[in-house]
Amino acid sequence: MTVSKSSVLKLYKALIREGSKFPSYNYRMYTLRRVRDAFHENKTTTDPSKIEELYKEGLSNLEIIKRQVVVNQLFRPEKLIIEAEK
Amino acid sequence: MFLFRSTQHCARYLSSTAHLKHAAKMGTKVESPMGELAGKPLYLDAQATTPLDPRVLDAMLPFMTSAYGNPHSRTHAYGWESEKAVENAREEVASLIGCDPKEIIFTSGATESNNIAVKGVARFYASKKKHIITTQTEHKCVLDSCRVLEGEGFSITYLPVGTNGIIDLEELEKAITPQTSLVSIMTVNNEIGVKQPIQEIGAICKAKKVFFHTDAAQAIGKLEIDVSQQNIDLMSISGHKVYGPKGIGALYVRRRPRVRVEPIQSGGGQERGMRSGTVPTPLVVGLGEACRIAKKEMKYDHAWMEKLSQRLLNRIFSSLTHVVRNGDPVHSYPGCVNLSFAYVEGESLLMALKDVALSSGSACTSASLEPSYVLRAIGADEDLAHSSIRFGFGRFTTLEEVDYTAERCIKDVERLRNMSPLWEMVQEGIDLKSIKWTQH
Repeated sequence: MTVSKSSVLKLYKALIREGSKFPSYNYRMYTLRRVRDAFHENKTTTDPSKIEELYKEGLSNLEIIKRQVVVNQLFRPEKLIIEAEK
Repeated sequence: MFLFRSTQHCARYLSSTAHLKHAAKMGTKVESPMGELAGKPLYLDAQATTPLDPRVLDAMLPFMTSAYGNPHSRTHAYGWESEKAVENAREEVASLIGCDPKEIIFTSGATESNNIAVKGVARFYASKKKHIITTQTEHKCVLDSCRVLEGEGFSITYLPVGTNGIIDLEELEKAITPQTSLVSIMTVNNEIGVKQPIQEIGAICKAKKVFFHTDAAQAIGKLEIDVSQQNIDLMSISGHKVYGPKGIGALYVRRRPRVRVEPIQSGGGQERGMRSGTVPTPLVVGLGEACRIAKKEMKYDHAWMEKLSQRLLNRIFSSLTHVVRNGDPVHSYPGCVNLSFAYVEGESLLMALKDVALSSGSACTSASLEPSYVLRAIGADEDLAHSSIRFGFGRFTTLEEVDYTAERCIKDVERLRNMSPLWEMVQEGIDLKSIKWTQH
């Protein structure tokens, strides 16, 4: 299986979209930063098997994010002082 | 009159307990001077504990819901399922520190690991050797275990540290006698973030045939550790300092050459007889996942810690004078920055900085107003030891949080100094040390 560029892009967008749903400021900011940096870091990867491995890891992380966003929403944290000020 | 006063008092009491209940339910809400709720404080106390990583919780949840078997049950699938998860976690912990999974013992945390290591080794070899070496800046649980051993007739050497917080290797070598059974020196200090030369200490201990234990609670998952390369014989690990759950830790105990410890807890003989008691599957799974993530993310997280600490230091040192960084600036973990703001009382600064969760040192001793024994051991002046604040960053700390903290800190230090007569005298060029404060 080779992973197409469009499916990588789709995964990236999904990770950013789901990650930004974390009610917790710190989890949300970390997820967004980590996803961006990971895709940036592997921008130049050309080896198809490596791309597939990373793609699968991304998919499993997407599932984790979706589940944990729900948990975080159930036990919604209070807004931090810097969020309230904005 | 009396009745009126007592009802008034009662009303006040009721409103204060109602407030407490409210606070307990909602978490600590900080009221701004305007009266409205401003939001929860930022968390910059990563050495006390770290938040649970959502990936860790995700791995743990199945074992807190559907997979509840006892990992020691050998007769059914519930047990096997949990046992497999525990053994997987053991492999993750072992792989992070480069040892065999069989050498990992799960405990309730680093305090228990330190107790088993220090008391366990000392007592097992007590008939031949009755001397232990440690340092003055160790965590309370190591120092307290040593005190207990002193009561049992052991002699303990508490090595001093230099002004940078690091021990003198020559002094360590001189302190080792044929009577010495154990050297216990922590990897990263919890208050000042200083890294001890573990590799060199390990080499000395190996050459002198003395067991070497290190409390690596603050270092695990944050710095490269390899127990065989660094000649570590026993190592304490904590779950909740690496974004894992609280209530779980591990102890590495070398098998070749074998290190024997006398167990503290008696029971079913779990964990190779060193730590009886049912192994808590969900917590162990959490620790394993935390270690797996830490190994993968170590470089990335470390670079982030460096960026955050540089940012904080640049901001503070460019705006304030008379600030001292405690501990060696190079040989330290960047996620822990301990600063002393001269002519400001640390506790007043912490009160002023209520928007940020900070600490003046170890959480275990934060209830006392005594200056930290770690800062006293590095030779900090009494007044500087009183004015210290520890900034602890973690994986989830953002640049905005650091900027906010630096800005608030600078503002509050300036405000407090402007109120201080000592600061006024320093501005006028008076050397405070030349003043005789009391008349006799």
